[in-house]
Amino acid sequence: MLRFLREGLRPPLTEPRPAVDPEFATLATSLNETAQRRLGHSLSIRQVDAGSCNGCELEIHALNNAFYDIERFGIRFVASPRHADVLLVTGPVTRNMREALERTWRATPDPKWVVAVGDCGADGGVFAASSAVVGGVSAVVPVDLVISGCPPSPARLLTGLLSLFRD
Amino acid sequence: MTVLTPLLNEGRRMLSQRPVPRALVYAETWSRAIVLLAAGDLTLLSLWGDASQVHMALLDPEDHSVGVVTLACHDGHYPSVGMAHPPAIRLERAIRDLYGFVPDDLPDTRAWLDHRDGTNYAFLPVEGVGLHQIPVGPVHAGIIEPGHFRFTCDGETVVRLEQRLGYVHKGVDELLAGSPVGQVARIACRVSGDSAVALGIGFARAVEAALHFTPPQRAIWLRALMAELERIANHLGDFGAICNDASFSMMLAHCAVLRERVLRATDAAFGHRLMMDRIVPGGVSVDLDAQNIAAIMGLVSDVRGKFAALTALYDRTASLQDRTVGTGILKPELARQFGAGGYVGRASGRDFDARKHVGYAPYDELTFEVPVLTDGDVNARIWIRAREIGQSLALIEQILRGLPEGGVIAEMPVSSGEALTLTEAFRGDVLVWLRVNQGTVERCHIRDASWFQWPLLEAVVEGNIVADFPLCNKSFNCSYSGHDL
Repeated sequence: MLRFLREGLRPPLTEPRPAVDPEFATLATSLNETAQRRLGHSLSIRQVDAGSCNGCELEIHALNNAFYDIERFGIRFVASPRHADVLLVTGPVTRNMREALERTWRATPDPKWVVAVGDCGADGGVFAASSAVVGGVSAVVPVDLVISGCPPSPARLLTGLLSLFRD
Repeated sequence: MTVLTPLLNEGRRMLSQRPVPRALVYAETWSRAIVLLAAGDLTLLSLWGDASQVHMALLDPEDHSVGVVTLACHDGHYPSVGMAHPPAIRLERAIRDLYGFVPDDLPDTRAWLDHRDGTNYAFLPVEGVGLHQIPVGPVHAGIIEPGHFRFTCDGETVVRLEQRLGYVHKGVDELLAGSPVGQVARIACRVSGDSAVALGIGFARAVEAALHFTPPQRAIWLRALMAELERIANHLGDFGAICNDASFSMMLAHCAVLRERVLRATDAAFGHRLMMDRIVPGGVSVDLDAQNIAAIMGLVSDVRGKFAALTALYDRTASLQDRTVGTGILKPELARQFGAGGYVGRASGRDFDARKHVGYAPYDELTFEVPVLTDGDVNARIWIRAREIGQSLALIEQILRGLPEGGVIAEMPVSSGEALTLTEAFRGDVLVWLRVNQGTVERCHIRDASWFQWPLLEAVVEGNIVADFPLCNKSFNCSYSGHDL
């Protein structure tokens, strides 16, 4: 059994750091230089589902598996917005989640950044036309980076998040 | 003797609906249906609003026949089902929020999906010496969907859990009504992203049934292949995550690797990790080539071998079972009353599986078993998942060996009709009812299995310690998005 458990994760499954995506590189340069310096190589993320279908959450979860192993980059998910540098927000923001998102944003200490995830997080996606939906994340809180996709793959999420750092 | 057919015979049959019958009834028959539900002679499948009427889908547990009764409510009122049959309460509160129809005599007059009362929501009153409350959510500590849990505790023991849901209400009913079929298919599989395949199949089957259309055989088999891959991926994730909630994180590490392998195989084969938009009315949008058939065969044997070792590890780790055995017990009687589907029902003696008991192609040509246990605890819900993974792996092999040749999509006729389908998602049966008119969906109702599982979670937590709530909750893994619509 022990042998199996050791071998289950060998050879190391963790994949190399993804290449810089020009799409995110452009976005990242628009981020404040000081901001990127401040973040250094340590990033605490509070994930907020503001109305998603759970698809984005599944792929965000995958960032913790052995293939992507997001913690090796100094990025970790924290349990409270009060511990967070970044809010990773998914979903079209629903009317019913608007206040919770605003309060979570206010509870996050400055300096803070907001990353909108998914096509719904970007602009409401397929739910944009609903009267129960406010819109994309930027309709409620200021957004620094958008990682689009329905849902974005873990590799794409990782590339996007790494663009918050300066090499 | 079955009771559903005579009940439907009391009303006027609506011949336009396929494949299950629907009857327009008077209040007297509606009330008789309520009596039968309360007596346990019928199981409630769903309850939903439409233009000036309410529909109630019913399952006869004797012969697994399904039917719908419809009651006109011109004055905006109808006799409450929830008053006598609690599983209907939240559905009735939702109908009042979305359609304005008032369930007469329903004691709970609070809104459900409509949160205009904001933070003034009236939680049930609690009285008692030494009781304290723990409010949790809607923003939770993990990477999960939002909802509010109000725990009332006596020391460490939970004496009551009250849920407040609806935070991810996206107005799905409103969005679907009046939209073209293709657009609705895209939204339907995003009602709950973890069940994209099952929801896609449910919707596609409903459209096809309404239009008297049969998609190509190969498409039907490929749909089942995707559905079983989706089931395995989700069960693997749950198996690891439940153990992780008992601080046995190694299981999550291993299960997450297996889950990732499944998703990479689905991405390679179908071009999308969660297989969204692969199932469309008329067939499937992508065919499977020989190379990917071989790759999925390889995946099946890899997962089978490795998962067997993980279940063996679970089986011999007493410290882990100490947390799961006897925790969060769902009594079989409650599972039956609420018509609990999926692993929640099957861990508590309710064997219902839409693939087997209602039946749809290609499962009638495939051999599989529906595992059932009666303990009803977290441990039983874990074992149901483990056994279902084994069944799904075997199903995938049968599907790949028997995959018919031919096209995977065909042109749909443009006509009108209505239909109701039940499809087995990983978490239980999904009901889709719709009325389509010349390529436009006039009205579509999607009921996820979570509607009848969420209230049961309130019941199973009672008497457990607060620290065991994550185990109970994860072993249910109800959908917020699928419920909030």
